[in-house]
Amino acid sequence: MTYIAKPKIVHGGLSRNGLGLTVRDYEGGMSTLCAGCGHDSVTAAIVQAFFELDIPPHRVAKMSGIGCSSKTPAYFLSASHGFNSVHGRMPSVATGAAAANRELHLLGVSGDGDSLSIGLGQFCHAVRRNLDMCYIIENNGVYGLTKGQFSASADVGSKAKKGEINQQPPIDAVQLAMALGGTFVARSFSGDKAQLIPLIKAAIKHEGFALVDVLSPCVTFNDHEDSTKSYAYTRQFFHRAVHLDYVPPADEIKAAYDEGEAMPIQLHDGSRIVLRKVSEDYNVQNRGAAIDYIRAHQRKGEIVTGLLYIDEGEPDMHGLNRTNSTPLTELPYERLCPGADALTALQQRFR
Amino acid sequence: MSARAKSRINDFVIRLANVNGTGSASANTLLMKSIFRMGVPVTGKNFFPSNIQGLPTWYEIRVSGDGYLARSGDVDVMVAMNAQTYQKDLNRVTPGGVLIYDSTWPRDRQLARSDITILGVPFARMCNEHFSNARARILMKNMCYVGALAALLDIDMDVVRSLVEEMFASKTKLIPANMEAIELGANYAKEHFDCPLPLRVAPLDKTAGHIMIDGNTAAGLGCVYAGATVGAWYPITPSTTIMDGFKTYCERFRVDKDTGERDFFIIQAEDELASIGIVLGASWNGARAFTPTSGPGISLMSEFIGFGYFAELPAVIFDVQRVGPSTGMPTRTQQADMLAAAYASHGDTRHVVLFPSEPQECFELSVRAFDLADRLQTPVIVLLDLDIGMNDWMCPELDWDETYRPDRGKVLDADALEKTENFYRYLDVDGDAIPYRTYPGVHPKGAYFVRGSGHDKYGKYTEESKDYKEVVDRLNRKSQTAATLVPKPVIERSGQPTKTAIVSVGSCDYAIREAIDILAAKGIHMNYMRIKAFPFSPEVEAFLNEHERIYVAEQNRDAQLKHLLTIETDYPKERMESILHYSGLPMHCRSVLEVIAPEVAKGEAA
Ligand SMILES: Cc1ncc(C[n+]2csc(CCOP(=O)(O)OP(=O)(O)O)c2C)c(N)n1
Ligand code: SF4
Ligand SMILES: [Mg+2]
Repeated sequence: MTYIAKPKIVHGGLSRNGLGLTVRDYEGGMSTLCAGCGHDSVTAAIVQAFFELDIPPHRVAKMSGIGCSSKTPAYFLSASHGFNSVHGRMPSVATGAAAANRELHLLGVSGDGDSLSIGLGQFCHAVRRNLDMCYIIENNGVYGLTKGQFSASADVGSKAKKGEINQQPPIDAVQLAMALGGTFVARSFSGDKAQLIPLIKAAIKHEGFALVDVLSPCVTFNDHEDSTKSYAYTRQFFHRAVHLDYVPPADEIKAAYDEGEAMPIQLHDGSRIVLRKVSEDYNVQNRGAAIDYIRAHQRKGEIVTGLLYIDEGEPDMHGLNRTNSTPLTELPYERLCPGADALTALQQRFR
Repeated sequence: MSARAKSRINDFVIRLANVNGTGSASANTLLMKSIFRMGVPVTGKNFFPSNIQGLPTWYEIRVSGDGYLARSGDVDVMVAMNAQTYQKDLNRVTPGGVLIYDSTWPRDRQLARSDITILGVPFARMCNEHFSNARARILMKNMCYVGALAALLDIDMDVVRSLVEEMFASKTKLIPANMEAIELGANYAKEHFDCPLPLRVAPLDKTAGHIMIDGNTAAGLGCVYAGATVGAWYPITPSTTIMDGFKTYCERFRVDKDTGERDFFIIQAEDELASIGIVLGASWNGARAFTPTSGPGISLMSEFIGFGYFAELPAVIFDVQRVGPSTGMPTRTQQADMLAAAYASHGDTRHVVLFPSEPQECFELSVRAFDLADRLQTPVIVLLDLDIGMNDWMCPELDWDETYRPDRGKVLDADALEKTENFYRYLDVDGDAIPYRTYPGVHPKGAYFVRGSGHDKYGKYTEESKDYKEVVDRLNRKSQTAATLVPKPVIERSGQPTKTAIVSVGSCDYAIREAIDILAAKGIHMNYMRIKAFPFSPEVEAFLNEHERIYVAEQNRDAQLKHLLTIETDYPKERMESILHYSGLPMHCRSVLEVIAPEVAKGEAA
């Protein structure tokens, strides 16, 4: 089981990050999800990622929609700002928040129902806009909170707990984001902390929309035999295409990589990610080839994971708008108001 | 000339029947503006189809030296340029009126009315002879009828010329051709008819200090002056020009000359669900944000509006009302979203709604809306309608008080938070039912969790009935606070003892004032109250209670304002009578008279 039980006692010898904070400072309230729910593991990975990145919690906004997954922002970063919006509409709220203050770190947590059914439109448009945020989908193939109906990510042939078999083709957030011009697209598994934490860190640091689609099994409604989103199935069929290490700005790349095997990519703030190809025939900077690769493995029933595509060269939403580099919320009113004389002058054409 | 034509100076209606997509709009504006520049009060109303090219469109100009700027219901001068609607246009002319048509083609058999004057001008033939380019021939026909009307109605040619020069200031080489077309029409009229007509314009000095502007542009400008930085929208007639206005002035005043950096962010969203989400996200994060829309957008936004109400987030929403539902009459005006706006969303809600009546008020209430939204931490809906939003109205010049500073309401900044022991987002500290808020990222102590109905007064998650009730009951008290902060009604007393009054909102204003004057002249005296906001300020109910009979005039089928008064005041419903106008065209005073004094209405029509 990958459920991460949260010790409630603060140990004396906890390590501190660059801000002098311990991992406890990045935790949240007690989870009320079912014991063993994949979402709790993602929560733990988020806590670790923010702790390791030395980000002050109050500079983070946790955005979500509605669902078991969308409830999780209450269980991490309790010192951050939270916005539990309405079902499927978190991307728009995040867009507005980003427009107002481009310096706040935005973390979105959503579900497969929230992002791929009711919120599919908003999800797609956030990708298109290249909204600067880390967007995590906790993907379990069902609507957990409304008790186990199939979601749009359910695979053909996957069986529901009550026996019904899904016949409609799934919507794959990863392929969709790639097709829509997404600039950072990753997939992982809640049970693979070693892969997930560096991915989330890189996603937070990426300037633009960073999707992390995390297979996150629902133990209560979709973890049985013949489900393709169960722990057992995911463990058996997941396939690490690319391994990623995250290297903070000040650090040197210490690990030894063989020539040609490792590929460092510089992120906007000077930090780097180092990619090691687990599969020889994979190129994370070729959109078309990446989609083909994912498709080919999908046909074999395999789930390709890792950082699947990255493009650090595209401008984000503010770059496209040419917004003032100072957050709009910090501009003084005197700068925004054209004043009385301008009003008199501009009315000339109405006289 | 018909013997029935009476001499009427500065008191008539011109209706121009055109085909859309033929460039008549600028000619019609030129005509109206010329009259305005002569100092004569005037208003222009555009009746247009939901179509880009080829369907009938009408433009109606009311000239009123007395300043009555609603539609009169009459058509005194018809310019029938659309063969498709010719018969209908002919029938529409008020007895004693004038019809001008294009006599390039014979229409004799259709010219069957002896009670009006019919004047034929060969617009197409003259333009075909003078202009070689096909598009110019079509466009110049419009200028040609402006010229004919200028001669017939005694409009000052110097004024027309200076307006043409302003119109084409950036394309001066177009000026001579346009003036030529105008003169063609004018000369033809002077040669063939007795100019001017008994219906004509005479200079006055009643437009000084006034402008002609549409409400949407004024509202968009209001957003600029209010300091809004984020605007989100999804295009929909008749609201689109609010964002056009905002964009125009932001591009003029808020782009850094050297770097090209912008101090604003306009987001054309994927739909209205996203527009309102963007506004709430931006407001939550400390920006002033707004979205313009129309009824269909309000329907889509409802879930989020309720969320904003409960989570106590400011938002400014402009609803430029049109006929609903869906398509069919989207380019017609109505006031039929009042109930939808007041109680938008599921659950117990009551929203702040403002009702501007003309463009200057659109500007003023646009700024006010942001102050109220911030002060009350709640969505504010500004209800315009197509008539105010898209038509050019004569209104007082907009002026600006340089001492104005936005009221951002109760926001704890970093210093305040530093000194605070504990910050509780939904606690009523001051007894006015308005809690304190923070902007994200400002200070570690300011963090809180925004969610829908599941929070207690401290901002903590709860599913306890008691905690929930405490919050909704406070929101109800906040609504009472809102009633004391919103703009008060405009009350006008007849000056005579009377127990009867008219109550109305928004763009009905001019029609009602005119009706009140007509009735007063017949010895029927009425007080008048124009409501400017919801929740109703205490003055609204007090005014109702002074009267034994109240006429509630509004532009919808279901008497929505009357319903709101019934729900929200204790004034007896049976003492209220409705005046309902819902044809999709702007209200005229006759619809008021027909209910209050049918005999007077008949007299007026004669
Ligand atoms: C407008 C609206 N419709 C329906 C619902 C009911 N609802 C709540 S959560 C949910 C599905 C959530 O599924 P998903 O996003 O996959 O989250 P999970 O619970 O599986 O983590 C639905 C349909 C709602 N809250 N709002
Ligand atoms: S129902 Fe499923 S998704 Fe929801 S908490 Fe339980 S295990 Fe997790
Ligand atoms: Mg789900």
